[in-house]
Amino acid sequence: MPEKYHINITPTLPRFTPVGKVSAIERDGCLGCAKCAKKSCVYDVYKNRSFDSKQLTDTIDYLCKNCFRCVQECKGRLFSRAINPEYKRLGDSYWKPDIIATTWYQAETGKIPVSGAGYLGPFTGHGFDSMWTDMSEIVRPTRDGIHGREYISTSIDLGRKLVSLEFDTQGHLVSSPPPTINIPMPIIFNILPFGKINKNMRLAMAKAANKLDIPMLIEAEEYFDELSPYNKILMPQFSAKTFETQKKLLTGARLAEFIYEENIMEYIAQAKKINSSLIASVRLKLDKNAADISQKLIQDGVEIIHLYADYQGNEHDAAQPRFIKDMVRDIHRQLVAKSIRDEVTIIVSGGIGLAEHLAKVILCGADGAAVDLILPIALECRVCKRCTKGLSCPVEMEKIDVAWASRRIINLMGAWHSQLIEVMGAMGIREARRLRGETGRAMFLEDLERDFVNAIMCK
Amino acid sequence: MSNNIVESVPGVALAPSRYRNQISKYIVYRDKTCINCGKCVEVCTVGVHQQAGTSSFSRPEEHKCVGISCNACVDSCPQGALSVIINPMMEMLGDYRWTNDLILSTWYQAETGKVPTNGLEYSVGNSGGGFDRLKIKFPENPSIKLKNEEISTAIPLNRRNDSAHRVEIGLPVYGGGMSFGSVGLSTIIGKARAAKAWNTFTCTGEGGYHTTLYPYDDHVITQVATGLFGVREDTIKRVKIVEFKYAQGAKPGLGGHLLGDKNTPEVAVMREALPGSALFSPFPFHSVYSVEDHKKHVDWIKAMNPKALVSVKVSTPTDVDMVAIGSYYAEAHIIHIDGSYGGTGAAPNIAKKNIAMPIEYAIPKVHNFLKAEGVRDKITLIASGGIRTAQDAAKAIALGADGVVIGTAEMVALECVRCANCESGRGCPRGIATTDKELTHHFDSDWSSQRLTNLLSSWHTQLVDILKKLGMRSIQELVGRHDCLEYEGVKIG
Repeated sequence: MPEKYHINITPTLPRFTPVGKVSAIERDGCLGCAKCAKKSCVYDVYKNRSFDSKQLTDTIDYLCKNCFRCVQECKGRLFSRAINPEYKRLGDSYWKPDIIATTWYQAETGKIPVSGAGYLGPFTGHGFDSMWTDMSEIVRPTRDGIHGREYISTSIDLGRKLVSLEFDTQGHLVSSPPPTINIPMPIIFNILPFGKINKNMRLAMAKAANKLDIPMLIEAEEYFDELSPYNKILMPQFSAKTFETQKKLLTGARLAEFIYEENIMEYIAQAKKINSSLIASVRLKLDKNAADISQKLIQDGVEIIHLYADYQGNEHDAAQPRFIKDMVRDIHRQLVAKSIRDEVTIIVSGGIGLAEHLAKVILCGADGAAVDLILPIALECRVCKRCTKGLSCPVEMEKIDVAWASRRIINLMGAWHSQLIEVMGAMGIREARRLRGETGRAMFLEDLERDFVNAIMCK
Repeated sequence: MSNNIVESVPGVALAPSRYRNQISKYIVYRDKTCINCGKCVEVCTVGVHQQAGTSSFSRPEEHKCVGISCNACVDSCPQGALSVIINPMMEMLGDYRWTNDLILSTWYQAETGKVPTNGLEYSVGNSGGGFDRLKIKFPENPSIKLKNEEISTAIPLNRRNDSAHRVEIGLPVYGGGMSFGSVGLSTIIGKARAAKAWNTFTCTGEGGYHTTLYPYDDHVITQVATGLFGVREDTIKRVKIVEFKYAQGAKPGLGGHLLGDKNTPEVAVMREALPGSALFSPFPFHSVYSVEDHKKHVDWIKAMNPKALVSVKVSTPTDVDMVAIGSYYAEAHIIHIDGSYGGTGAAPNIAKKNIAMPIEYAIPKVHNFLKAEGVRDKITLIASGGIRTAQDAAKAIALGADGVVIGTAEMVALECVRCANCESGRGCPRGIATTDKELTHHFDSDWSSQRLTNLLSSWHTQLVDILKKLGMRSIQELVGRHDCLEYEGVKIG
């Protein structure tokens, strides 16, 4: 059993008042009652509010918990509430305000978001929202696993696996297992799909990845010397263009990634000449050819395939793009049918924005996921994309402190780790490795709909 | 079977909002040019405007207003002093399942005991799936014409016809388990009194049997959950129904968790625990790993209280049908399935949203399976986890349930706004889901029982109306009548 993995969280306040969901509206005309509705606020938001002169906002929009007590109790009927238009504008059609806000909360507290009442969202939705995870009524592991008295392992292996072991006539092992790396959580830090990333962000991510003991991808040409304390977890990424000039980074690296092109195996062969224990990953676009190319790559002996969708989890170059979960499912099944799935590690990325996405994409057939946009979001990014147009960052990302930022990222990963354990515990699954492709522990909208229609049609 | 198990319809009485300012869908403005002529009072059919003496008006009762589609007062005001607008706060109230209309219409029913007539949507929400995409198909002319008093909404709960109590309930609805600690006494007693009024049940949840519930023993289900908090021989013997809680729809497979702040000294005594410490109910029953183990549990209850009905509450995994049949063979009387979108006092958001299937999918799955096994008429199937309205209840029954359990609808009747802060700090800011001394004084059990009785009364009216239109004498005829339903398929927004 691997050593027990624990992520230490440190509550880390935001630098800016987070954009609140509520607009607290207050009319003039206070009657000056002795028993004031403001004073009886359960959450003391009227007492604790302040004016944030930097952002020109009233912090009540963030503090208010929307219980409507003051609205209903004020004798002068001075209060009302509306949705903060700033909140609605956060993010985009995929990276919705709720994803951003919950990521901020987790980065600040390191805690699992908990609330009362039922689920407030729609019945089902696009993408990951069209599947549910299963639970098991009576099997272990149990809540004991969730509380740590039993062990639920989230670790996975990166690298290639032998299909079988061979022995000589004397019974001695003759096959030599290829190198693998065990990571304690099925996550890799990805290269950002867009946006500006400065040195301090990079250092903070590396520091966090190092602490978490998970790999972090970095374009080889972006490497700088201050990153050297974190070399162990860095996974330099090479393209045909950068290979020659940057290949010195291969020395000592445990992992490296190569952007797919037809003669990719030649580069990997060269890289292995420089570093024989290197584990190579091929970064492959999730498009209509991804399944066939993956199959070929496995036959060529590749160790890790990193399939990347666009930043919203959609298929590349398609008029009617499929979603990452469906593509990963198809590819996984194709490789299983060819009996080669177990030989390779598959990492996927694109649109992984919530802990549940991680669990779901693994259920669909990935070994692990690479996360990207959530990392700057943990550092208060609002996904406004101003940086892509060369405009200033509303949360001054250029000024972040490395220690602060790495704590926020560790907190977020701590919260994700706990949530992964929660859903695995409910499913009765003890190991993340066994979660992979385990669609028997998932429910898909299309299947449930079909069964439902059949069930109510038959007499 | 008696046709009218509810001897007379329990007393409906006005139970207005406990808040000074009602949240309303429309805002009615009266400006200074009003000459107090009283024309608006005359034209308003729902009583929004009321004169206070000869020279002034009291505040318009906006929550009664039918809205812009009516506009009678605005149009008839000689001074043009009135205006009606949609309350901009509406976008802050409600969500996909519980739309602002559903919340306001539930308040209306809890206040008046009547089916809303002010244009509020009181049947479906906007979730884009499940009940919100199912319609009841009514024939143009029902095969038989029935009078209201010929229609029964009663259901039996003991279908094994064994030596246990022959319990019948007046409505195919009972109250969900909420422990003392997760909710306050005014809520618990209100639920019990409404259950008594309608000859149905309420449930203690996990956390013991409060002494103030003793007068309602015959209407209380006591729960045995995995933490066994508050379970004593005496509590098992008091009741007619004992419920095993294996899992809960909002957090399937995760057990229960009472936050330390809610574990007040009074709560701790009942739970035999230390005040202030967080209390975990593990998952699952550590003594149950098979149907045989489960039967052992059922036998244990039956040994203590041979007349008790045994209910088994589970959530909705893929194999929920197998779980149901297992419960039948373990000799349970009731299988209670709680769908994934059920309510809770506190649960990880990831669990509420993702784990297990919505109740709509689970009901026909279980119903059909029990039928195929030839035991459907020997067990009572109860559904919960997203039953918001009388129509939801009727649809759940048409899908194959015998009855439903409600929880959130009760909370909303007590003026919950679904702010979802039940778990934080001192608990519910509106005094419903909390045992905080100061907050629980916001209402008493007279008010809460009247609100809940009123809500059930309105549901009864609606269920009778549905049965009448379908030409059915009893709600039992509707069970599993898939042909009465029309499904539009999910709509992804």
